[in-house]
Amino acid sequence: MFISNLEFMTGKTVQQHLGLVQGSSVRAKHAGKDIVAGFKNLFGGELKAYTELLHESREEATERMIEQAKAVGANAVLNVRYSTSSITAGAAEIYVYGTAVVLDGIDD
Amino acid sequence: MYELILTVVLVSLGYIFGRRAESKHYKSIIMREKEMNTLPAMASRRPPSDGHYDQALVSGSVVIANDYFKSFVAGLRNLFGGQMRSYETLLDRARREAVLRMKQEAKTLGAEAIFNVKYETSNISGQTRKKMPVIEVHAYGTALTKYGI
Repeated sequence: MFISNLEFMTGKTVQQHLGLVQGSSVRAKHAGKDIVAGFKNLFGGELKAYTELLHESREEATERMIEQAKAVGANAVLNVRYSTSSITAGAAEIYVYGTAVVLDGIDD
Repeated sequence: MYELILTVVLVSLGYIFGRRAESKHYKSIIMREKEMNTLPAMASRRPPSDGHYDQALVSGSVVIANDYFKSFVAGLRNLFGGQMRSYETLLDRARREAVLRMKQEAKTLGAEAIFNVKYETSNISGQTRKKMPVIEVHAYGTALTKYGI
């Protein structure tokens, strides 16, 4: 599965457009990490726990998008966009979407 | 009285550690940016059409918090208006760090350039109790690797 945020694949032609595919993931972190984050707010700096949390969450959302793309028979997702929104205290939603396409000259 | 003392202590702690952390971070950013100079990241949406490239999505993200001193100063600044230096440097650091992480990922793929770089900034401070500024910056783009490597 090829994932790209360009609108095309260099050297390949799009055979078929299969429409929008998407994936999302909502995650919360546990209270311990929140306390650490509180301290960090004093001294400033990176909140590694949050960085990891959002990274994992983003990967999961992408994974879900790929599953959906596979289900419709695509072999690539182009023009991928991410968006983040904080829904409530302690939870963030990651949303990813793109266009599922069938590309020429990829055997899988 | 007790609260005043606590605030003074927190502000001075924030000032000392926050400043140190920031100058350290800037030093490391500048050093790594020099290393990564050979791998350009562009906002252009059209990669060169000659030659075959493998495309892969790469991204880097960072969650960063302001220190207590800066938040305090920013609070004062809010009264009079004007340029908020403390937030500017915070966002600047976060963006540059995110791009560096993205480039790092592209470098491990052996990429030549990154196209269509997009930034996404979100405020996730709703997650901490006191609504202190916590900012996430996510940078992503398409890494181009020469075909067949």
